Amino acid sequence: MASKIADVIATERTALKETGGVTDGSIATNVKPLTPRSPADVRPERITSRDPDAFPAVTGREEEWRFTPVDRLRVLLDGAPSDARLQEKTELPEGVSLREVGSDDPLLATVPDPVDRLSALAMRNADGAVVISIPADAQVTAPVLVDLRGTGQAEVIWGHVVIEVGRHAKATVVFEHGGDARYAACVSVLVGDGAHLDLVSVQEWDSTAVHSQHTAIRVGRDARVRGIDVTLGGDVVRLVKTVEYAGPGGDAELLGLYFADVGQHLEHRLFVDHAAPSCRSRVTYKGALQGDSARTVWVGDVLIRAAATGTDTYELNRNLLLTPEARADSVPNLEIETGEILGAGHASATGRFDDEQLFYLQARGIPADEARRMVVRGFFADVINEIGIASLEERLLAAVEAELERTKL
Amino acid sequence: MSTPQNRAAGSVLSIRGLEVAVEDKTILRGVDLTVRSGETHAIMGPNGSGKSTLAYSVAGHPKYTVTGGTVTLDGEDVLAMTVDERARAGLFLAMQYPVEVPGVSVSNFLRSAATAVRGEAPKLRLWVKEQKEAMARLEMDPAFAERSVNEGFSGGEKKRHEILQLELLKPKIAILDETDSGLDVDALRVVSEGVNRVRESGESGVLLITHYTRILRYIEPDFVHVFIGGRIVEQGGKELADELEANGYAKYGAAAEPAGKSLPMGPVVPGAVTTA
Repeated sequence: MASKIADVIATERTALKETGGVTDGSIATNVKPLTPRSPADVRPERITSRDPDAFPAVTGREEEWRFTPVDRLRVLLDGAPSDARLQEKTELPEGVSLREVGSDDPLLATVPDPVDRLSALAMRNADGAVVISIPADAQVTAPVLVDLRGTGQAEVIWGHVVIEVGRHAKATVVFEHGGDARYAACVSVLVGDGAHLDLVSVQEWDSTAVHSQHTAIRVGRDARVRGIDVTLGGDVVRLVKTVEYAGPGGDAELLGLYFADVGQHLEHRLFVDHAAPSCRSRVTYKGALQGDSARTVWVGDVLIRAAATGTDTYELNRNLLLTPEARADSVPNLEIETGEILGAGHASATGRFDDEQLFYLQARGIPADEARRMVVRGFFADVINEIGIASLEERLLAAVEAELERTKL
Repeated sequence: MSTPQNRAAGSVLSIRGLEVAVEDKTILRGVDLTVRSGETHAIMGPNGSGKSTLAYSVAGHPKYTVTGGTVTLDGEDVLAMTVDERARAGLFLAMQYPVEVPGVSVSNFLRSAATAVRGEAPKLRLWVKEQKEAMARLEMDPAFAERSVNEGFSGGEKKRHEILQLELLKPKIAILDETDSGLDVDALRVVSEGVNRVRESGESGVLLITHYTRILRYIEPDFVHVFIGGRIVEQGGKELADELEANGYAKYGAAAEPAGKSLPMGPVVPGAVTTA
């Protein structure tokens, strides 16, 4: 055990060294940070609340907003209620049910609270929720498909979706987002004891869409959840994902892939809160950026509380800058309140396109543009191959392929 | 430019008065060399003499600037070609430090390369067999094909992988840059046998760049060139290698170290300090 602790400390030290002594764990971004880092050693207590006014007004200077172009989210932050909805198409395999509930439904009282002002606004303004239920012990092999499409409405669309997975059930839920919308949502995910959920969210919005979402996952005892974000389109996409464990033995694997083009801001913020013993978490996000002002943000926070002995966690973020004007921010942050853990670590790197890889492939006769595509495909392949759902892997490879087609490498 | 299918015997790589600089520093000072298919040439020289620079300039690495001279392959101007055009024209460089390409499997890479060099995708069933047999000859585990290119490969695996490509791509002229460095005796034997198979086909010329003489016990050169200070200073048959092994490069005015004392620095890793 002592050596594990030493490993953790060494990892932290390295991170500190690489960031020049600041403690938020920022590593290897493309250029100097736009905003000064917080001087505090310990991040302030996290606020969770259903009341938007429990959170300070958003100026862009707050820790959780400092990377976000809040002006482009202003229409959401204004918080005007609306009845607008996304076009919904669902495929529900046998045994899976979908219902709409009012805001006074007792189920909604049990879901995790929002973590920032915008997610609190979304939960309040959604005024009820769509509930997808997978009954206990159900083994649903076909994926539950939810296709959400914006039709260009100017009003903000507020959404709240609850996914309930009964104990020992197994299911895959896939969200696909497309079209043009201003969409702010909460997705509450309740994974019962011993259940297994694969939750995929694909963002292929039009280049004008704005999407903000808080996905709150509660992992039951000995349950397993895999969350997979694939973000390829949109003007601003800001996805916050939080994981809490309702009991020991939970396992959360969070995978992500993003590809930012000219002018896009794609932000993924993760917070894994280890409060129960013997839980595991793995976070692996990879992004590629190309073009002027293409921007990505990845913030990976892991907190290991004193009670969370036997925790095993690792988070990784890699960014590939295909053009020099793009900018990726990567901020891993690990807080550890107990030494009695199995392992904890993080890694982050942001690099430019490797000309040596290009030379090697070209020296085997492969033309330059094809060689570049091979390298980018290869960069994402290990995330995609982790998914383990063949049909989905093919679909995502095709999506990356389409993205590469649109991209002049 | 000749078509990829044009593999007629009698190819000639002709290097005339080649001068090359790296970041304004002159490395090659007028190299003249002719390699014909079926011939094996060894280029030997001490560290920093410019041997690897010759290899990478002919392959077209962007770090090297050609400041004078010509390179032609069967009369075509190699220097006017892009890196991939040179490979498709029939040049091959086995690298001393092959590059990792994460997420790209060996089998995908090999088939992409073969498709590019041959001008059409090989038929899948035939290709699978061809690749499998070539790997077996190099004593490579079939599982190797599913690994990412060069990622986590041992030194010996990297070199076998380079020679595997050589055997599958069947170039007109192959330049092997320090292929023998970092190999144990078993791996050196396997790799040398691969090179010898290519030689015996009679369709490829081989330019073997080495710091050591030991690979020449396995691959017998027709010609040996001594490379000092960016030029060829002496040429001879294989007996010249024996003399170098005994006496080193002292008589050429270079550092009086015997051939093969220390490992040369790698080429062209960005950011790496080189001692050229």
